[in-house]
Amino acid sequence: MNNKPFIKRALVIGGGIAGIQAALDIADGGYEVILVERSPSIGGHMIQYAEVFPTLDCPQCIMTPKMVEIAQHPNVKLMTYAVVQKVNGSAGNFEVEIFQKARKVDVKKCTGCGTCWQKCPEKVSSEFNAGMAKRTTVYIPFPQAVPAKPVIDTEHCRYIHYQQYMAGKREGKKPPECRICEKLCPVGAIDWEQRDEIIKEKVGAIVVATGFDLMPLSRIPEYTDDADVLNGIQFERLLSPSGPTAGVVMRPSDGKTPKEVVFISCCGSRDPEHGVPYCSRVCCMYLAKQALLYKHAVPDGQAYIFYIDTRSTGKGYEEFIQRVVSDGVLYLRGKVSRVFREGDKLSVYGADTLSGKRVEIAADLVVLGMAVVPSDGTKGLLTKLGIAFDEAGFVVESHTKFRPLETSVPGIFVAGMAQGAKDIPDSVAQGSGAAGRVLTLFAQSASADKALAVV
Amino acid sequence: MDLAYYPGCTLKTRAKNFETSALAVMSALGINLVELPRWNCCGTVYSLAEDDLIHHVAAVRNLIRVKEQGKNKVVTLCAFCYNTLKRANLVMKDSPDKRFAINTFMDEEPDYAGEVETVHLLQVLRDDVGWEKIAGRVKHPLKGLKIAGYYGCTLLRPQSVAIDSVERPTILQDLLKALGSTAVDFPFATECCGAFQIVNNRDIITERTSAIFGSAVKNGVEAIAVSCPLCEYNLRQTQSSTKQPQSGVPAMPTLYFTQLMALAFGLDSAVCGFEENSPETRTWLKSKRLIS
Amino acid sequence: MTKREDRIGVFVCHCGLNIAGTVDVQQVVDEIKKYPGVVHAEHYMYMCSDPGQELMRKAIREKGLTAVVNANCSPSLHERTFRRVCASVGLNPYRCEIANIREQCSWPHTNDKETATKKAIAIIKTTIERLRLNMMLTPLVIPLTKRALVIGGGIAGIQAALDIANGGYEVVLVEKETHLGGHVMELSATFPTLESPRDFLIPRINEVMTHPNIRLYLNSEVDKVTGYVGSFSVKIRQKEKIVEEEVGAIVTAPGFELLPREKLPVFPDDPDIVDGLQFERILSPEKLVEGKIKRPSDGRVPQDIVFIQCAGSRDPEHGMPYCSRVCCMYTAKQVLLYRKAVPEGQAYVCYMDIRSDAKGYEEFFQQVMSDDGVLYVRGNVSRAFRDGDKLKIWTVDTLSGKSLEITADMVVLALAMVPRSGTRELARKLNISVNEHGFLTEAHIKLRPVESLTSGIFLAGAAQWPRDIPDTIASASAAASKVLSLFSRKELLHEPTTAHVDEEVCSGCGVCVPVCTFKAISIDEKKKVAVVNEALCEGCGSCAATCPSKAMQHRNWSHRQLLAMIDVAGGGYV
Repeated sequence: MNNKPFIKRALVIGGGIAGIQAALDIADGGYEVILVERSPSIGGHMIQYAEVFPTLDCPQCIMTPKMVEIAQHPNVKLMTYAVVQKVNGSAGNFEVEIFQKARKVDVKKCTGCGTCWQKCPEKVSSEFNAGMAKRTTVYIPFPQAVPAKPVIDTEHCRYIHYQQYMAGKREGKKPPECRICEKLCPVGAIDWEQRDEIIKEKVGAIVVATGFDLMPLSRIPEYTDDADVLNGIQFERLLSPSGPTAGVVMRPSDGKTPKEVVFISCCGSRDPEHGVPYCSRVCCMYLAKQALLYKHAVPDGQAYIFYIDTRSTGKGYEEFIQRVVSDGVLYLRGKVSRVFREGDKLSVYGADTLSGKRVEIAADLVVLGMAVVPSDGTKGLLTKLGIAFDEAGFVVESHTKFRPLETSVPGIFVAGMAQGAKDIPDSVAQGSGAAGRVLTLFAQSASADKALAVV
Repeated sequence: MDLAYYPGCTLKTRAKNFETSALAVMSALGINLVELPRWNCCGTVYSLAEDDLIHHVAAVRNLIRVKEQGKNKVVTLCAFCYNTLKRANLVMKDSPDKRFAINTFMDEEPDYAGEVETVHLLQVLRDDVGWEKIAGRVKHPLKGLKIAGYYGCTLLRPQSVAIDSVERPTILQDLLKALGSTAVDFPFATECCGAFQIVNNRDIITERTSAIFGSAVKNGVEAIAVSCPLCEYNLRQTQSSTKQPQSGVPAMPTLYFTQLMALAFGLDSAVCGFEENSPETRTWLKSKRLIS
Repeated sequence: MTKREDRIGVFVCHCGLNIAGTVDVQQVVDEIKKYPGVVHAEHYMYMCSDPGQELMRKAIREKGLTAVVNANCSPSLHERTFRRVCASVGLNPYRCEIANIREQCSWPHTNDKETATKKAIAIIKTTIERLRLNMMLTPLVIPLTKRALVIGGGIAGIQAALDIANGGYEVVLVEKETHLGGHVMELSATFPTLESPRDFLIPRINEVMTHPNIRLYLNSEVDKVTGYVGSFSVKIRQKEKIVEEEVGAIVTAPGFELLPREKLPVFPDDPDIVDGLQFERILSPEKLVEGKIKRPSDGRVPQDIVFIQCAGSRDPEHGMPYCSRVCCMYTAKQVLLYRKAVPEGQAYVCYMDIRSDAKGYEEFFQQVMSDDGVLYVRGNVSRAFRDGDKLKIWTVDTLSGKSLEITADMVVLALAMVPRSGTRELARKLNISVNEHGFLTEAHIKLRPVESLTSGIFLAGAAQWPRDIPDTIASASAAASKVLSLFSRKELLHEPTTAHVDEEVCSGCGVCVPVCTFKAISIDEKKKVAVVNEALCEGCGSCAATCPSKAMQHRNWSHRQLLAMIDVAGGGYV
């Protein structure tokens, strides 16, 4: 028990759908929230998707209002391009150090007009497009980014390279001085002198909503690394109207319309030898959705889905799978042993365990439902927070059954994929749920002793 | 350097050329493969039945022979022997109950607890000799020859005995590169050749090897380097029995990796025993002026 | 109302390709710019995004716009967004209207770009005509009673009640049964730790019973609900007694029950064929005799036991088309408990797909499946019948393609989960909707999973959809958080676009009263006129359409406005 005042202010780590929901609910509950997001914009993975099952809503349509609300909410302090680097204290009195990466752009001056990112000559792989398109080095990740103010990617910027070269910190050929963004910015917002900052904040409660990544393909060497072998998020970008092909389904290798597409479930999931022992929960549904969207885009194309068990347990999900089946998508119960290139095609060797026969498909495109794993760097963050996590790196709840939102440390809660693989409604419910726990904690802190006893 | 060497039955019968070429190239690299004074059949196939311990006895006996020599490591050439010995050793090492039963059964032998490590010759070349040293010993680089390594199964599966990445091994290609050839990767390098189905189900072998050759041809392979006498036998048998037209797949030259090493090292081709290889192999070697 | 000389701005959204793929947005802008009163028109990729909103602000400020049309998706998505933008630069938000050119134009006309473009222009023109007559309105202020009603005393209701009560507000908790705890109280143990759920539940129940902020009504049902968000009046029936409570928000958590056995004639009525919940009780520690499981018919220890999954789930012909989500896992747990109690016994599980899809579930299932005394058989059971002392089960193993006959001592059916009986009636009282199976319907399946479409009423637990304990608790905490957010406000604001009565014209005929689904209209018997309770009115327009004398009008949807719209639609498009 300590005698310090209980700080009724929350920190939410992660700006995906779970973190956004948690932050909004706490803010709507009348308390200040700091939302810290590692990338330049909030939105997380959800904003990358083409359409979401089972309603086929466009995530941009349903998510952008929430993102804009975050930006405009008087109770939300949004910090993007920032990471939590140190946490001390306990419920009611956490001292947090947030590392704010230099954007090299003065956000107060910047109007988000877009001149800089339209004119920047240096292009690198776009994270938002899952490596399927390029972005410039001064950039906003996607057009609806929040905030809609760019950052300069100092790892790839020509002028930063030039500065490093001149300071003797960079080998090789002398890079051009460039500075085109600076010359063209109408409001003089480019700020080369801006430095990384450490910002100290005090909060009373923390929500961890750090989300997920997909397991890298290299963990499954029997599936060849090929331009036409995509993971689930890459295929979402290929289906998305805001994606690299403007929603036209084509093979990345040659731009041809793929006529035979194979979707493979459980790539690394339920596979302790190559990947992870657990089920990633969302793949059955998103692969079914992708197969359906593919059929809409290429009506004469054939889609195959290899699966172990179909897991359509959510509301309207079973009905959705039945619709996909009746739309002509062929489900094959079995695992795929190999995917390799043979000339113009990809050979897919699998088994159909219901007929007991081997299946060989010459495919144009292969989509892999890669296992969901905690987002990169999660274990490090959780260690700093001092909360328990499992072998895979998912947060361990205070009680699996009855305290699913509490972590091992009082005052720190968890929401979304950081706790385990789950879909959007479950992530949103957990985001709201974690916010509820924070609101209750703050309400109880009237008598701080009691609060600590109940948490 | 001396290394304990377990030949196995096939190396003394159908795959003599594998042994003679291996002994010659290793001695050129300064390594003596010292054959065990006493050995018996490895048991051929590792038994997967949980309660079938008697099948491991033959393998364990050989490992005891190695231990008697004061050695803790034994080299094999045959991939099948490698697999059987290695897996039997894992049983002795990791399963106390089974170890007890086998040791009790072999009461005339000293107790054994999995002390001997079985390695395949390719591992010796990679880990003890090194590709650089091998490249340095090459006198006639196999320049421009498009050769693929064919691994088969037993050097790679199961994962617990794999000498390289199970799904994407490179060890044979690395050797072929060291010999100066153009090492070609092809998707069927790790497909099973059908193994002992040759005994009573020849059609399976024909189907498997046709697929393997077909894939090799598509990827521009001229010749295949193998590490297993059974693979070599199956590939050769299919060629002579199908005589091309059956599957439309042309016969492909097939050699042991040690034979290619001997050629590259400029050793007397007599050590290779090419008369044991398929006629297509000899024709190809002549066309490339590798033998006269 | 006189026609003002409005300075109108029109903002056309591409919505990615959703609109721009079908409608020629450039042509729309060019055409609309020529329309009388329009001083500004432009198009943009995503008007709802930050830069899109900034474009609007800039134009409103610089061109001095007095009215704005946003041509984009349905108003249910972004009306609020764009009205806020207007308000942020000092324009009355009700001077902004949405022209829906996505759901009502580009989506249904994907194959005809030319017509779709013409139609989009027509929709915008009609919206402009309506907008010219729009009044400037301000939201209604509604009082807020900071007390909540929680319906259902299962694990969901308990969690929601405690969260709200600990959040500092009073809670009225109503439970049908004589005790709290719901179905979770009936469970023998929960996987994967095999703890008794009572260890957790009983302290929580005690907390509810003694909590100063919770008023508990056991053996009670909600009889009648009137009012609206912020001010609900609830009549609670406790035996013969009726109690009235005033609350500001409601959490609905009535829970689930199992599909009645008689729906599945494949499984005869037999004492040794039990459902999942009955088997939980057979497994409960106090029922086991010397740790042994006894079958109901003769008390013998069942040596062969068959678990049948998807009994009525994923079966549109006999039962329910959906998956009940929890059966795979509780069956696996029951198998494990059975094998512990009867080590020499053999368990068979007939399944379609194994759905062990949450954290730790796959690992638990693998552990159960790898037991030698457990055999998972993939296939649907076609018949189960008694054969003397035994039960025969006919099924198929789809992996070997062979049909099987299993002789067993006992059968456990994982019956489908359905909403608790009475849920439909409850939903009707609350004026919230249910889906075709009777599960409570949420406002948006993805992004508003714990809200109903009636504001102030929230959903939790398995009444909304089959779900397991952790998901139920998360949904209950989420519903509680919505209540806490609501109560944190000083007052509530209500849309002013409601119906209103012109008392001069109204004859008090009363035709409008029954058509109002929100029960917002009554007749003032003295004045003989209709009266609208604006706090209840959701602005649906039914009354205005029904009124024979046009005395009932909808604010900003007046008859004059509609006629003006029809006028231009006729001239512009037909």
